Amino acid sequence: MSTVIKVENLSKAYQLGDFGTGTISRDLERYWARIRGKEDPFLKIGETNDRTTKGESDVVWSLRDINFDIEQGDAVGIIGRNGAGKSTLLKILSRVTSPTTGSVKVKGRIASLLEVGTGFHPELTGKENIFLNGAILGMRKAEIKRKFDEIVDFSGVERYIDTPVKRYSSGMYVRLAFAVAAHLESEILIVDEVLAVGDAEFQKKCLGKMGDISKSEGRTVLFVSHNLQSVRAICNSGIVLKNGLINFSSDKINEVLDNYANTEHEQNTLSWVHDGANKKRSDYLFIHSVFISQSAAPTTSVVNREDDISFNLNVAINTKDPRLEIAIIIKDSTGNTVFITQSTDDIQENWPSIKIGDNHLSVVVPKNTLNHGEFILVVEAYLYRTEVLYSESGNAPRIRFKVDGNLSNSTYWTQARHGSYAPILSWKSK
Amino acid sequence: MLENEDWDIKITAQNNIFDLKLKDVWQYRDLLLLLVRRDFVSFYKQTILGPIWFFIQPVITIMFYTLVFGNLAGIPVDGLPKPLFYLAGTIIWNYFAECLTKTSTVFRDNSALLGKVYFPRLIMPLSIVLSNLIRFGVQFLLFMILYVVYLFKGTVILPNAFLLLLPLLIIMIAALGLGLGMIISAVTTKYRDLAFIVSFGVPLLMYTTTVIFPLSVAEAKYPAYSWLVKFNPITAIIEAFRYGFLGRGSFSWELMGYSLVTTVVILLLGTIIFNRVEKTFVDTV
Repeated sequence: MSTVIKVENLSKAYQLGDFGTGTISRDLERYWARIRGKEDPFLKIGETNDRTTKGESDVVWSLRDINFDIEQGDAVGIIGRNGAGKSTLLKILSRVTSPTTGSVKVKGRIASLLEVGTGFHPELTGKENIFLNGAILGMRKAEIKRKFDEIVDFSGVERYIDTPVKRYSSGMYVRLAFAVAAHLESEILIVDEVLAVGDAEFQKKCLGKMGDISKSEGRTVLFVSHNLQSVRAICNSGIVLKNGLINFSSDKINEVLDNYANTEHEQNTLSWVHDGANKKRSDYLFIHSVFISQSAAPTTSVVNREDDISFNLNVAINTKDPRLEIAIIIKDSTGNTVFITQSTDDIQENWPSIKIGDNHLSVVVPKNTLNHGEFILVVEAYLYRTEVLYSESGNAPRIRFKVDGNLSNSTYWTQARHGSYAPILSWKSK
Repeated sequence: MLENEDWDIKITAQNNIFDLKLKDVWQYRDLLLLLVRRDFVSFYKQTILGPIWFFIQPVITIMFYTLVFGNLAGIPVDGLPKPLFYLAGTIIWNYFAECLTKTSTVFRDNSALLGKVYFPRLIMPLSIVLSNLIRFGVQFLLFMILYVVYLFKGTVILPNAFLLLLPLLIIMIAALGLGLGMIISAVTTKYRDLAFIVSFGVPLLMYTTTVIFPLSVAEAKYPAYSWLVKFNPITAIIEAFRYGFLGRGSFSWELMGYSLVTTVVILLLGTIIFNRVEKTFVDTV
């Protein structure tokens, strides 16, 4: 195997804020410094790129001294939080922008799929756009002609091929665009979050195609996604970026994903307390705290699966409303929902009684249910079909916890199994 | 890993300024043609008159010029038929102005595309020049039609061998528009001020060249300032065009030489600046 991409000391700085009258004087200063062979006066200040804290300088390092090699045929997943530098890296690799310092050396052609459908002209037909888009991605006309049938076939929009793409649905648009890029005979394919659109069937097809590209055709794929499942499905190695630095990299994708899950998410705790910040209080309810308890007090972050697990909420009710629903969502470490339970799941007689003022609610997950592993608890609240009071994307309480303990008393069941649940069910013979 | 291995692409902060990447452009020549086709097709899609719009604009323009400058203001036109005189200047000026204004906003107009995919950026302004060449071709056809009409009407028009310079003249206009446009485009990615100047400056600039008056009139009326008109490199081109096709006006090798040198310098400068800016314009546009 040979190295096809070699990244050396790659850095990229961006200027924050607006460009205005102030910028020109700074530009001149910078230019003057360069003439005299001095260092850029505005790039000196070194800070890590953490978007949550306000820095001293208005120059930010989106990437800082990145080094890595990629071998031919690798499918590399690049993961990291928003603002970690993933897109900047891809932009540099696909030559859309150039680095501030450092270099990238590449063998072979690079095709990038940073956003599908770039370069599609709405007035042109599907057929015309295949040619135009192919040419934009670097294909020769003869090459596109040769692959035309294959592209149309893969996209599954044959019927509309002579219709202007402005009449296409967004799904068809994406299908066509991905089809063109996937058939490009480039040695390296760069893909950024394309699978967010398109239906499940097509997403599967895309994933399959990308797997083929790297595994059977021996081409190299760089894949950026927040969907850790598809990264796991496609990639064999990975890089975790954090604040513009490589936080972790490995040629085993599972290690990379585990590392990402451990470092990037919040620390394990067994309680959540409202932080007293200015968050707007709902007229209906206010969640003071959430905690996980067991009969024997659990250690700081580990829950024993051999005992019942109780989720407790301290909630202040301001307005009594029969529509009020409180939900607990349990997710696995990659963010997939394991189950949802709501205060209103049973018949109405069995709903918890709620009074104005402070209430203590709890719900129990029976022992020997959840499997070993990390889980995330999220509390949401709604007015039935009317309003979302606490939502995961907004202000909802969140607890990350770990489940441990013996799997079973059976002498046979000694190894951890797949799945979020590991229930002990009783087998009977009739 | 040896350092002197063969890499196909090297991405670094700075390139050699004289590396114009013309080889890349040649590799992407199909894209160039497809972009021209795209511009042409999308220009008249969903219009009733279609490509006829290419004619309508210059026809109406010369009608107004004839009325206002020719009849009302009475600016002499070297004894030529007025529409023919104005049309000759207008089509050349239009070609230049279109190349210039479109190229000067090329980064902004195409930032969505250029910010996502790499291809030699030079392709984009080149496609503008070629698209407008088609437009110029159509308008030149109009000129020839009018030309033949006047010949049949018996107007004395004396073409001469200088009309063979036409290909050179066309290349010069394109190169001037392209070069100036690229210089401006490079600046406007960060500071948009220049874009405003272009939007009102280009129409005004037309009055500094011989679109609506012949050079002879400028020299006769303002002998002290006629150098200003000659200073505009377009003047030599329009004058040579009129001289070749219509037999009036002037042709001087000095003026032509000056114009040619200016064109080459502007084009080279524009290409170099453009190639420098294209690498990072995404961050500032």
